[in-house]
Amino acid sequence: MNNYFKVLRPGINSTFQDLGRFGLQHLGIVASGCMDQLSFYHSNKLVGNKISEGALEFAYQGPLIEMKGETALVAISGKVNFNVIKTNGETIKGISNESFLISNGDKIDILSTINSVYGYFSIFGGFKIEEVKGSVSTLVRAKIGPNNGNKLKVDDKIFFNKSNQVDKLKKIKFDFDKDNTIRVMKGLQCHYFSKKSQEDFFSKEYKVTKLTDRMGMRLEGQKLENTVNKNIKSEGITKGSIQVPGDGQPIILLSDHPTIGGYPKIANVITADYDKLVQKTPGTIIKFKLVNLAVAENAFQDYVRKF
Amino acid sequence: MLKKISNIGDCGITCDFGDEVNKHTNKEVIKLFNFIQESVNSRKIKGILNYTPSYNKLIINFELGQIKSNEIIEFIKSSDYSKINLPENTKIVEIPICYDEEFALDIKRLEEKTKLNFKEIVSKHLETNFFVYMIGFVPGQPFLGDLNENLYHDRLDTPRIKINKGSVGIVEKFCTIYTFESPGGWNIIGRTPFELFNINKTNTSTLSPGDTVKFKSISKKEFGLFKNE
Repeated sequence: MNNYFKVLRPGINSTFQDLGRFGLQHLGIVASGCMDQLSFYHSNKLVGNKISEGALEFAYQGPLIEMKGETALVAISGKVNFNVIKTNGETIKGISNESFLISNGDKIDILSTINSVYGYFSIFGGFKIEEVKGSVSTLVRAKIGPNNGNKLKVDDKIFFNKSNQVDKLKKIKFDFDKDNTIRVMKGLQCHYFSKKSQEDFFSKEYKVTKLTDRMGMRLEGQKLENTVNKNIKSEGITKGSIQVPGDGQPIILLSDHPTIGGYPKIANVITADYDKLVQKTPGTIIKFKLVNLAVAENAFQDYVRKF
Repeated sequence: MLKKISNIGDCGITCDFGDEVNKHTNKEVIKLFNFIQESVNSRKIKGILNYTPSYNKLIINFELGQIKSNEIIEFIKSSDYSKINLPENTKIVEIPICYDEEFALDIKRLEEKTKLNFKEIVSKHLETNFFVYMIGFVPGQPFLGDLNENLYHDRLDTPRIKINKGSVGIVEKFCTIYTFESPGGWNIIGRTPFELFNINKTNTSTLSPGDTVKFKSISKKEFGLFKNE
């Protein structure tokens, strides 16, 4: 018997992701991968999968899907408002970060993420999706990944692997970090900016704008004055780099960033604060705190303890 | 020569080979790139996720849980990689290009700037053996050089919102081929039907940094009949 979910409503940006596709950036292929690694990890852990198993990532509004097949163990991680609609019409309010069982004909309606952007949906045994160059991450812009590199659309069927062994129901206590301070290290071209602009950047408030997606997060705030050169010789880009184009407003480059770029970079978000950053919704006021490498590496040790 | 290694955040480093953009500098970059790639493939070093060469820099990304920047810097500094004699890259890729006016959107602009006529511009573009400096921005997009200096021109003041896949553009001493439909500000002189990037192939990108590209002029009819393997 085929086990699958039928997509009745795809949601805004629902894509399969795992930890990323590596070793190909020199050919222009960015790693991609889940935006919020800790939430991604939770969704797999809740259903007893290996940590790297592909999950369905959704942003803001997720999909409405109908299950066909044998009872399965699933979980939704993040902070998500969702319902499970049973075949008899009964609607049960879903609880994120708790695994639950669904049966033939049940629908899962992922209404919205709450004060956050990304959530993850996992199933015990994993989805039946094809790896492309060693990863099931989707890069929609270049049509790379499972589902022909596309986001979910209406009438898609998401097949999943049936496993006879059903893992136990689990719960994870979890809440997002409400602190809006993002720790950064100095960027390669930090000295391109006036002393005042450097001080502004590391102390003033910046607003997350609507022009934010998996590729980048545009910020709005004190204009940063470049006193050296508004362009640099194009160089490789790292996730979390904060570049400042000619208009003086910073852009944080996120998981689907271009592989090379020619704008100067004032700072880089430290690994420990990346998950926190990507969950900030448009309109959120954030601040940057300058730290050095030793602080960043220690913060990473604290971060991995959450896994 | 490798001038400086700096951190990029807590999970990246950049190896800086100086400010010059020329083949000599880029070949040094590619030498280190080859060395890192070989070291990763033969498991001499762990935790490296990506290594991205550009004109004058190599950026290395790593998994912080596996390795730290000081270990990678130490690995590079102690390696003597510059003494390794790599075989000269002799790969030459011939790329068909159609200079028909339908595709050569900026030929008038170039004629005005260069004081050369259409035929002269085309012949100068065709006579060049282009060196692949780097691949990127989007998958498979090559940045080639150096153009005949009589063809140098600036970017368009207002970039186009949409440039068709396969368009060949020039800016300053560089030439690029758009592998995906995208916005762009380069001077478009023609289009190729040749597919440089296909994720489903073993070699997803036809070109690699360090290769040589030679263009071959084709007619509009040949363009229409062209079949990718």
